[in-house]
Amino acid sequence: MFDAIIALVWIVIKIVIILVPLLIAVAYLTYAERKVIGYMQCRVGPNRVGIFGLGQPIADAVKLFLKETIDPTAANKFLFMLAPVLSLMPALAAWAVIPFNNSWVLANVNAGVLYLLAMTSIGVYGILIAGWASNSKYAFLGALRSAAQVVSYEIAMGFALVGVLMAAGSANLQTIIHSQQGGIWHWFFIPLFPLFLVYWISGVAETNRLPFDMAEGESEIVAGFHVEYSGMGFAVFFLAEYANMILISALVSIFFLGGWLSPFDGIPYLSNLFAWVPGIIWFIAKTFIFLLLFLWLRATFPRYRYDQIMRLGWKVLIPVTIVWIFVVGFAIEFHLSPWFN
Amino acid sequence: MLTNYLPVLIFILIGFFIGCAPLLATRFLIPKKPDAEKNAPYECGFDAFEDTRVPFDVRYYLVALLFIIFDLETAFLFPWAVVIRKIGWLGFFGMLVFLSILIIGFIYEWKKGALEWE
Repeated sequence: MFDAIIALVWIVIKIVIILVPLLIAVAYLTYAERKVIGYMQCRVGPNRVGIFGLGQPIADAVKLFLKETIDPTAANKFLFMLAPVLSLMPALAAWAVIPFNNSWVLANVNAGVLYLLAMTSIGVYGILIAGWASNSKYAFLGALRSAAQVVSYEIAMGFALVGVLMAAGSANLQTIIHSQQGGIWHWFFIPLFPLFLVYWISGVAETNRLPFDMAEGESEIVAGFHVEYSGMGFAVFFLAEYANMILISALVSIFFLGGWLSPFDGIPYLSNLFAWVPGIIWFIAKTFIFLLLFLWLRATFPRYRYDQIMRLGWKVLIPVTIVWIFVVGFAIEFHLSPWFN
Repeated sequence: MLTNYLPVLIFILIGFFIGCAPLLATRFLIPKKPDAEKNAPYECGFDAFEDTRVPFDVRYYLVALLFIIFDLETAFLFPWAVVIRKIGWLGFFGMLVFLSILIIGFIYEWKKGALEWE
């Protein structure tokens, strides 16, 4: 009994060690976004709160916390409260199976990829429930559009993951990373290059980020599914969106770029030079590259039209993934080296 | 075996709590001043013209149906993908037949215009 309690406390401590840096990263991602996009548009971005505006996320959080909670009269109260929680919970809980290092992983489960697919799928319930429970036309339209879009890109995402599973021969995330060992040319982004692109594009669409942000569409349906939310309800949706961005970036780097593996492995002189760098540094660096790509996309691209989004999802990404699953299948059966021998 | 999944369960519960805590805290700590205008559904400053529960485009329903078929397909592909190295050519061609049936259906719905959004 006592042992069980100790074990439980240990698990909770580990979870806190994962969650606290994650939440800080989420807060500073909002700052980084405003700063990076600011510089891309020849502005300076937030620079008033603290040095270089570094206090901005904290000031924002305090402001949102002090705001009044508005319950729209037309809304379904319980579902209205539940929706933001349902979109934040999976974005955080997915981190339970993410390996940070050779041995740092909270739950090294065999069905890791399946769990991730399930968790990223739950996110759409939050949006759909928010749109329905708000009982407002804009929220309803935003939720419908977003649900159809997320669901369409999830198919492409699932097929891309099938390619990764075939190449790795396991659904355990550590095994997937270990099977990419042996240098940068062993990483899956080379043999699975089309799937890598499809997974990344679907990930951007899945998080409802520009250029696929039909769910919000400020200029046409004001804010889409969260138009009725105020204060903390809005803040939780906001947290969920940014936590999802970090999650998708981490997943792309695990599935296609070798997670915590060093890019200099197997290169004669460089591999020794960088041998002291811990794996988690490479993992964070790779994740960071994709986070910057998210911000860059937002600063560069205009919003897609809805029929274009659906066409890209159904008529481009899904056929590409199906064809590439066959290609990978043949490559495995013929033991194509150096990836599938 | 199943004890591996205990941290996952606890993580889900803690994630749920992190979502709930700020919502409940602001609900009870921050003063509220309800107002009929403020609490009305947003519609560009007007009173809402009609009920929100209006008919919507049937194509959203169609997308949902297609999604179920394709998502089931991914669920079938997952276990096959994990063991493909062990089951050899027979397993590979088995899935080839299965996938080509899906592809025929996909071509059919494409030609029927189920994927058009004009």
